[in-house]
Amino acid sequence: MSAITRDEVAHLARLSRLALADDELDHFAAQLDQIVGAVARVAEVAADDIPPSSHALPLANVFRPDDVRPGLTPEGALSGAPAVEDDRFRVPRILGEEE
Amino acid sequence: MSLIRKTAAELGALVASREVTAVEVTQAHLDRIAEVDGRVNAFLHVDAESALAQARSIDERIAAGETLGPLAGVPIAHKDVFTTTGMPTTAGSKILEGWRPPYDATVTRRLREAGLVILGKTNLDEFAMGSSTENSAYGPTHNPWDLDRIPGGSSGGSSAAVSAYEAPLSTGTDTGGSIRQPAAVTGIVGMKPTYGGSSRYGLIAFASSLDTPGPFARNVLDAALLHEAFSGHDPLDSTSIDAPVPPVVEAARNADVAGMRVGVVKEFGGEGYQPGVLARFNEAVELLESLGAKVVEVSCPTFSYALPAYYLIAPSECSSNLARFDAMRYGLRVGDDGTRSAEEVMALTRAAGFGPEVKRRIMLGTYALSSGYYDAYYGQAQKVRTLIMRDFEAAFHQVDVLVSPTTPTTAFPIGERADDPMAMYLADLCTIPTNLAGNAAISVPCGLADEDGLPVGLQVMAPVLADDRCYRVGAAVEKAFESRWGGSLLSRAPAL
Repeated sequence: MSAITRDEVAHLARLSRLALADDELDHFAAQLDQIVGAVARVAEVAADDIPPSSHALPLANVFRPDDVRPGLTPEGALSGAPAVEDDRFRVPRILGEEE
Repeated sequence: MSLIRKTAAELGALVASREVTAVEVTQAHLDRIAEVDGRVNAFLHVDAESALAQARSIDERIAAGETLGPLAGVPIAHKDVFTTTGMPTTAGSKILEGWRPPYDATVTRRLREAGLVILGKTNLDEFAMGSSTENSAYGPTHNPWDLDRIPGGSSGGSSAAVSAYEAPLSTGTDTGGSIRQPAAVTGIVGMKPTYGGSSRYGLIAFASSLDTPGPFARNVLDAALLHEAFSGHDPLDSTSIDAPVPPVVEAARNADVAGMRVGVVKEFGGEGYQPGVLARFNEAVELLESLGAKVVEVSCPTFSYALPAYYLIAPSECSSNLARFDAMRYGLRVGDDGTRSAEEVMALTRAAGFGPEVKRRIMLGTYALSSGYYDAYYGQAQKVRTLIMRDFEAAFHQVDVLVSPTTPTTAFPIGERADDPMAMYLADLCTIPTNLAGNAAISVPCGLADEDGLPVGLQVMAPVLADDRCYRVGAAVEKAFESRWGGSLLSRAPAL
């Protein structure tokens, strides 16, 4: 069932925002192919009429009163930032040159 | 007896009665860390100054007549996946090197409120992904029984710290076995509470539907005391259960299994299991029978599909959770030279900051969630999860607890499975079903395997919110084995 190729890994790496080196692509292709081959065993279980479970326990949405509470200060929120400018996170350009 | 050999309950009582100060207890453990941690590498960060200041404050409060909890003044080693103010939090990853969180996890806050003295932060597999602690970006932790072997994982720094007498207690997190497996292979007690029984707020997320904080200790009562200290409802965690903490301390003191129905899971055993592990497990079952428990064999047919289902569900959740490491708001940023886009910087940072196992799991999860594969992989794994929950439900109609070996083998040599992910994943074969079903399970020592003289763990699984049954059975086994052995299993470990 599984056939994780080098191209497939390159695609997954792009989706995952991982700039992998060429040798990593080959290495991961072999390993992911082996893992996917093993986990594909879940298909052996007859479960057509079984409902899926995302959690073990029944969950309901949780609300709290809309009261004002102390939160992080700007200094606290920015304390681990790689780059800061004027009390804000400074980030690389988000739009392409042509946009 | 030296202070580091005492139990947490004894240390708490000595500090409360002012026979010993918290400062003396803390200093004794800091000295032990200085003596052995160069070889064990259990800690990523030790803060002696802060620990002694915390201890001094406990001593002052006791001197002023305050009555504090049973663990006030007792030192603890804290897994470096819980956020801590005033101390770095790395999750064992380069991507968070040097990060100092602006807030405390709920577990951290409750440790502080209980008067526990945090000695430092312990090593782990990066983002708690692994079974050996070899996936830490900061080097492996060594098993105190044999320094060439793994201490289990992902909470391997926490298991090694307690096993090496560097701390009487430590915290862990269990997503697929990351507390029980390290406890088993280092000869100590480790408990995975019911999912939602302990708070995930401030726990750096790996797989949110599975992650569960829990305690490590050298005996069952100490584990129960710590469990009680940091568990209970937390409004800051939306999946926290709004119910009282099960009576775990009472159960650990009770230790009576007469009349209890114990089920042996038929599917755990045979091929892939070390003979010495099975021999010790069978002895533990006989012991339970001799203590008055009624033992029956129980079949849980879908348990054999738990491992593949887990390795679809956990990576899927991780691929989503770890998207937050985007090089923008905290942590590492690589390649921001003014010419690159945010997306390029993100990809370069994540490639440089994550280790191979984390990359594997992110890509595996991305694959399982891809359109075209979703139904066959993630969707089918969620259905298997339902069937595993039904197997537990049916089993717990017949019995009060289920038992199995905690791990198929004893601690393996460092390096042996490092580049063979599937072999590594097998270490969690017996522990994973409990994570998928959200119920409670403990690992307690049950002897040494004949082949290698290394510790073996007995796993006791109980229904959701029946955590106390794990402690009751665990304490009964501990008491009977210790009287047979003439002391704890750990007292037979070679000197470090």
